[in-house]
Amino acid sequence: MTSLHSNTLFHWSTDDFLCWFLRGLAGVAGTIVILIVTFLIMEALPVLQGIGLLRFFTDPSWHPAEGFYNLTPMLWGTVFAMAGSVLIATPLGILSAVFCHYYAPVSLGKLYRRLIELLAGIPSVVYGFWGLVVLVPMIGEIHPPGQSLLAGILILTIMILPTIALMADASLANVPQQYLRGAAALGLPRWATIRGVVFPAAKSGLFTGVILETGRAIGETMAILMVCGNVVQTPSSLFDPIRTLTANIALEMAYALGDHRAALFVSGLVLMAMIVALAIAAEWISRGRIYG
Amino acid sequence: MAETLSRSQNPRERLAFVLVWGAAAVVTATFCWLLGDILWHGLSRLSWTFLTAPPESAGRRGGIGPILVSTFLILGVCLAVSLPIGVGTAILLAEFTSDQGLFGRMTRRSLDVLAGVPSIVFGLFGNAFFCKMLGLGFSILSGGLTLACMVLPILIRSTEEGFRAVPANYRISAAALGLSRTTTLVHLLLPAAVPGLLVGLVLGVGRAIAETAALIFTSGYVDRMPESLLDSGRALSIHIFDLSMNVSGGDANAYGSALVLVVLLLLINGAASWLATYGLHRKIATI
Repeated sequence: MTSLHSNTLFHWSTDDFLCWFLRGLAGVAGTIVILIVTFLIMEALPVLQGIGLLRFFTDPSWHPAEGFYNLTPMLWGTVFAMAGSVLIATPLGILSAVFCHYYAPVSLGKLYRRLIELLAGIPSVVYGFWGLVVLVPMIGEIHPPGQSLLAGILILTIMILPTIALMADASLANVPQQYLRGAAALGLPRWATIRGVVFPAAKSGLFTGVILETGRAIGETMAILMVCGNVVQTPSSLFDPIRTLTANIALEMAYALGDHRAALFVSGLVLMAMIVALAIAAEWISRGRIYG
Repeated sequence: MAETLSRSQNPRERLAFVLVWGAAAVVTATFCWLLGDILWHGLSRLSWTFLTAPPESAGRRGGIGPILVSTFLILGVCLAVSLPIGVGTAILLAEFTSDQGLFGRMTRRSLDVLAGVPSIVFGLFGNAFFCKMLGLGFSILSGGLTLACMVLPILIRSTEEGFRAVPANYRISAAALGLSRTTTLVHLLLPAAVPGLLVGLVLGVGRAIAETAALIFTSGYVDRMPESLLDSGRALSIHIFDLSMNVSGGDANAYGSALVLVVLLLLINGAASWLATYGLHRKIATI
């Protein structure tokens, strides 16, 4: 934009004041992330200096009262729940978007999109509650106790599905019309067009969607806490109860003191590191803004 | 196109057809199951008394009156703090910085990361910063401030889009008339960008009201009627969590509370999509 400095001093100074005022506000907004990381590090520092980062991965178990701080079982819990739900939600979400754009009649597609938007707005605690009273007893009948990795994966899948579906929907909408006309002129059938023309053209948007949903799956707390059983162990089957990093913080923060509290902040730092890595990956893939 | 393609005899096309419709059917069925279940069990609990009465015996009986009050107070604090900061930042990003500038780029980048921070980490931060360091303790104020940090990225993004949707002509004409940028902003751009701002506001409210994990260690569990902003207050989502996990026999009231929360959110989301589709275009076209 061209320089709009007016030549009277009064106007210039009002504008100047406004600009600096806005910069102040933006500065506050921009420093929150730094503040968060600083506080996590500050609170985690006593235990990091006391016992070192390595012991969080080599200790025999997670028994903070006895001074054992092994995070790996919880890390595996997070990774398994995330991987399972991303594996199921990604195809379902992308097919949902394909359905909206290329298979459903226009009105049905609109209705379906509205439904996905509604699904995106339902709070995690409601998903968790539903999982606890409906899904967990059903899984319990197949293989007790019911509160399990499987329940966590299923609930997470329903929760992250709208994220990938809406992202895929947006990136399919951006595929240029002439690609589709070209494919139609070549006589390509529908699925061949989607697989050979639409998917490659929308690739970066789809990848960004997958990364965003992965971030949601890692960060989800309440729903996972309610359906996973929260036993600290590396799961050996889908029916084993697990505890994730996020659930661990939510469960123990209430009574944690001293080194134990600091250890929970360390797991917060681990979560932050995962999210930052994902944000960098998303930036790298899309070269665009990803927040929201 | 649709008719000729769906009659295609190619087996791969048929398989894809079945898969796509199948995926849509599975998602729809799950959604109806979830919503139907909440509606079916929740409707019988719902009444005026349930909405206004205080909870009894840890929430097994009684209503959710004080909890609704706490929820709205937390929301109020959250908006009172996040609105000025969010709108100010959005104006700066959309109107006063170039996309290449260092300050704008850094702010944007940090908001990108902020949007991805897990809610439980916000909880940790809120507990360490607002509750412990600023000495606010477990209070509605701490909870609201923590949520304010959390909704900022959403708020900023939609407001910024609202400003970017205002045609460049407005700014150029105003500059040609010799208006200062402040005047242009207050009298031309701000009114034209209100719909975007409202969408952001509504989306932010939706995210804040749905939040649980960030509030457990900041606003606390107390289910009494809050007397000031420094009192601990239990939000609706925490009430649902507590009833279903820690209170045996609390499921009936949990269903009722879940229904109230879902209905609130559906109203909020409906408002957002209505504003986004109608408000945004009409306002700019007729100003």
